[in-house]
Amino acid sequence: MFKQLTCINCPLGCSLEVLIEQGKVCSVKGNTCPRGKAYAYSEIEHPARIVTTSLPVVDGDWRMVSCKTKAPIPKEKIGEIMELLQDVIVQAPIQIGEILVENIANTNVDLVATREVHKI
Amino acid sequence: MEHKQLLIIGGGPAGLAAAIEAKKNGVDDLLILERDACLGGILNQCIHNGFGLHTFHEELTGPEYAKRYIDQVNEHSIPYRLNTMVLSIDDQKNVRFISEQGIEVIQAQAIILAMGCRERPRGALNIPGFRGAGIYSAGTAQKLVNLDGFLPGKDVVILGSGDIGLIMARRMTLEGAKVHAVAEIMPYSSGLKRNIVQCLEDYHIPLFLEHTIVKILGKDRVEGVVLAKVDQDRKPILGTEKEYACDTILFSCGLIPENELSAQAKLEMDPITKGAIVSDSLQTSVDGIFACGNVLHVHDLVDFVSQEASLAGKKAAEYVLGDLKKSQDFVSIEPKGKTRYVIPSKIDLKNGKEDVVVRFRVGSVIQDGAIQVYIDGKKIVRFPRRIMAPGEMETITLKREWLSSNPSSIWIESE
Repeated sequence: MFKQLTCINCPLGCSLEVLIEQGKVCSVKGNTCPRGKAYAYSEIEHPARIVTTSLPVVDGDWRMVSCKTKAPIPKEKIGEIMELLQDVIVQAPIQIGEILVENIANTNVDLVATREVHKI
Repeated sequence: MEHKQLLIIGGGPAGLAAAIEAKKNGVDDLLILERDACLGGILNQCIHNGFGLHTFHEELTGPEYAKRYIDQVNEHSIPYRLNTMVLSIDDQKNVRFISEQGIEVIQAQAIILAMGCRERPRGALNIPGFRGAGIYSAGTAQKLVNLDGFLPGKDVVILGSGDIGLIMARRMTLEGAKVHAVAEIMPYSSGLKRNIVQCLEDYHIPLFLEHTIVKILGKDRVEGVVLAKVDQDRKPILGTEKEYACDTILFSCGLIPENELSAQAKLEMDPITKGAIVSDSLQTSVDGIFACGNVLHVHDLVDFVSQEASLAGKKAAEYVLGDLKKSQDFVSIEPKGKTRYVIPSKIDLKNGKEDVVVRFRVGSVIQDGAIQVYIDGKKIVRFPRRIMAPGEMETITLKREWLSSNPSSIWIESE
């Protein structure tokens, strides 16, 4: 199976044509540097993203606390994570880097606060 | 009247970095004026990651990046006033501002302008239709979603594919809205490739290049938009109109430096950047007024804002302490070829000591090209570039030794 990807490493944005068999990359065409090939492998075999969002806060000097997954998580888990977070409300005070949800959606990655929120 | 050695207008990334560097270089009598209720500026609502790769060699979110600088402001005990908005500056550097304490005036020995930029509003785009509810700039929607926890609508069309628009396409989708289309009038997106892939393609959001909104439907509330393809002159092509039902429209159509105060201070302005004209010390045409960050020219990366602002802070400190001599001995730097503008646009030949970092943008996409520097008509250096694009700021460094002959012209050419 062939799949088209756009390389994201630089503004050139090479169109990559990737030959995939059983979920594994067999060949990459269209890249103009080694970074394109590496990108195709990771994007096809283990696509991952850092998810950032914000959650409502009780008793805080900010109404919302921004947060992120501490590391990239498998791309297909994004929807599940957002669903899980729909009902999460956080109590102030919150430290920057504080774990808000442990091992979110069984990814072995924690969701951490990216802002400090003081209690009022 | 109250006096200060240095006033910094704006407590966003530029103002924070400038204040820290000025303090480190010996200015103790300084004050940051910030109109919002907190320091950090726009970074507070930019909760996505990708900030700080150049400065901290790690990928931070906006609030985390801001925190690193706010912590330094506090460590250095740099005073700041929040909820304080500057109303006017005159050419004598009297700064008039308003806060809960009323209107006050401070006469400053030096001023650093760090007011940032604003989004181009709908009014500047000439789009017919009523002014129903549901029309926002992408940045306003970003504030509503990320800071206020309020989703402005469920069915969204975005005009303009700048990075904020792309980021908001993903953000609204994650929060449960459906983004039906992103329309871009140009044949290319001005957003980063990474954002095209990770904000649109990841969520199957269609990007229509060479398209624009020709009509907004609905009177009290947006009910839809009509998109049409445009020709080479960016004029809509009759017969290509297509209607999309939506309750929300976001505009992400460019950023403009916010320079009302600069105009009052009678600074010479650059019609291309819409920012002040500055020398290599980032000093404007008025002695002792410096400018940096997005108020000077719109940057892509906050890291470069911080770098530029640090220089402004250092130079403002030299000015305050009497180490930055007044000079008439300038050579101008001129954009040539596809270079659209250069910052700084002149170099002090007499007092300048450091190498000069020159930042600029090109006017169109250039593949396998180069940046060439000519001094007195002679090519001094050639920096090859595989790709240059209007959406990516270019940076080169001019070595001070190249200027030892006191040249009368410097050209920066992109081809």
